[in-house]
Amino acid sequence: MAQNYYQKEIETMPSSDMKKLQSEKLRKQVKHVYENVEYYRNLMDEKGVKPEDINGIEDLHKLPFLTKADLRDAYPYGLLAKPLKECVRIQSTSGTTGRRVVAFYTQHDVDLWEDCCARAIVAAGGTKEDVCQVAYGYGLFTGGAGLHGGSHKVGCLTLPMSSGNTDRQIQFMEDLGATILCCTPSYAAYIGESLKEQGYKPEDIPLKAGIFGAEPWTEEMRKNIEETLGIKAYDIYGLTETSGPGVAFECSEQTGMHINEDHFLAEIIDPDTGEVLPEGEKGELVFTALDKEAFPLLRYRTRDICVLSRKKCSCGRTLIKMAKPMGRTDDMLIIRGVNVFPSQIETVLLNEGYQPNYQIIVDRSNNTDTFDVHVEMTPEQFTDKVGDVLKMEKSLANAMKTMLGINPAVHLVPPKSIVRSEGKAVRVIDKRKLV
Amino acid sequence: MAIKQLTIFVQNKKGAIVSITDILAENNVNLRALSIAETEDFGILRLIVNDDKTAERVLSEQGYLIKTVDVVGVKIGDAPGKLTSALDVLDEADINVEYLYAFMARTEKHAYVVLRVEDNNSAETALEKAGFHLITEADINKL
Repeated sequence: MAQNYYQKEIETMPSSDMKKLQSEKLRKQVKHVYENVEYYRNLMDEKGVKPEDINGIEDLHKLPFLTKADLRDAYPYGLLAKPLKECVRIQSTSGTTGRRVVAFYTQHDVDLWEDCCARAIVAAGGTKEDVCQVAYGYGLFTGGAGLHGGSHKVGCLTLPMSSGNTDRQIQFMEDLGATILCCTPSYAAYIGESLKEQGYKPEDIPLKAGIFGAEPWTEEMRKNIEETLGIKAYDIYGLTETSGPGVAFECSEQTGMHINEDHFLAEIIDPDTGEVLPEGEKGELVFTALDKEAFPLLRYRTRDICVLSRKKCSCGRTLIKMAKPMGRTDDMLIIRGVNVFPSQIETVLLNEGYQPNYQIIVDRSNNTDTFDVHVEMTPEQFTDKVGDVLKMEKSLANAMKTMLGINPAVHLVPPKSIVRSEGKAVRVIDKRKLV
Repeated sequence: MAIKQLTIFVQNKKGAIVSITDILAENNVNLRALSIAETEDFGILRLIVNDDKTAERVLSEQGYLIKTVDVVGVKIGDAPGKLTSALDVLDEADINVEYLYAFMARTEKHAYVVLRVEDNNSAETALEKAGFHLITEADINKL
């Protein structure tokens, strides 16, 4: 397949040139932040680091980290590096893990963010011939705004659907010939289910590619979405703190996401010690925004656990790749002393022929953790015999025990009975925290 | 010969059945027989209705997980020991009954038994041979 690039010079830049570019941007950025953000200046002063100590990316490790807690402390304006009159946009997190994060953008920041999304769309095969259906939520959430802007930059005909109203999504998809779908993977799977229910076959709709992100998903889920929608499904990564989706994106090789490292410098650290780990080791992903003006976070700890790789990619891009995050330092559950990642549950479900529609409920009873997994029953598996349903629950519980090492109580529930919020499925309810 | 039973997967929680019977009532579907098998988490609701096609359509449209299965309906006399004699017939024919439920006729002195077995044909043959009257969709519609 012939490769297209949105910004070829950057995307295929030799890595020695990229390092030079990053070093030059970093020097300027540290100076900009030190001069304009009192909060970060204090952190640097406490550590005894001055802007002149940072000569290039080899000095990055000298800078202090920023965490979600800092963002909360500095809410709302404490990390702002430009006067508000220079800013043109605010976006905010979905607030699923505590207080909302508010991020600010100058026009320059919006442009670079949209360029990143445009790179992702082109890597997924998008051109100005395409009709791009954006079914991420619009509004404060970065999903809709980012892909919408990227789609404009590529020159696609953009369908600003936002999320929800699935029947209308399907109608527009069919009537207006959408070729690229952008949304959360759980919503893509949901649209796929609905299409199937309404009797559509994948060849009835012209979709060819999907760009899915904003929540974790597995390879099995990818296969499932690719089959039901008849498309190639590409992953996209980002977070509001760094700008939004498009920090990293997948190419035709589908073996990890290229980080837009001319804008976002990535490191992997040991989450316990903060020590920088060598390429190829698993740890917490940390980003430094190299040329954002209004909200330039330096060494921001994402809490995503992943691995970086600079192996040569068949797509021709030289941008470093990150593996799909294997979990988050904060959404890893410890149940009866065992580490459990929701993605492991998802893998079991897809292996056993279920949809990845589930909810984990952890509670404590008599000083012991209870571990319940609710799973939506599928029409294919439903029988009229109670014994059969109980057997299905038992065999799912066994498969989960094999994967996790601890035994959950599995409860099959009716389809679509698990709450979905803003297109994001609520995967984990940990009631232990409320005590 | 077999009659249609609607089978609906429901969560074992307050209001789960009312919301189904409401939808059926709104669509003029009349219930002939109802049985529910429940566990702590879920229930399987089994219904015999006067119009299974409409019932299936309207409930599916509302997102219910529903399956229509064929079951055997048999008419038995309203007297002690009548059910036993029907079950004996199946036992002798080595037919395993998965579940059953019964309902009374309004006017006649009869009861109706709904039987879920693995093989409807052999159950029907055995019962007919022993002189039992099987009920059909037409009988259900007349009730």
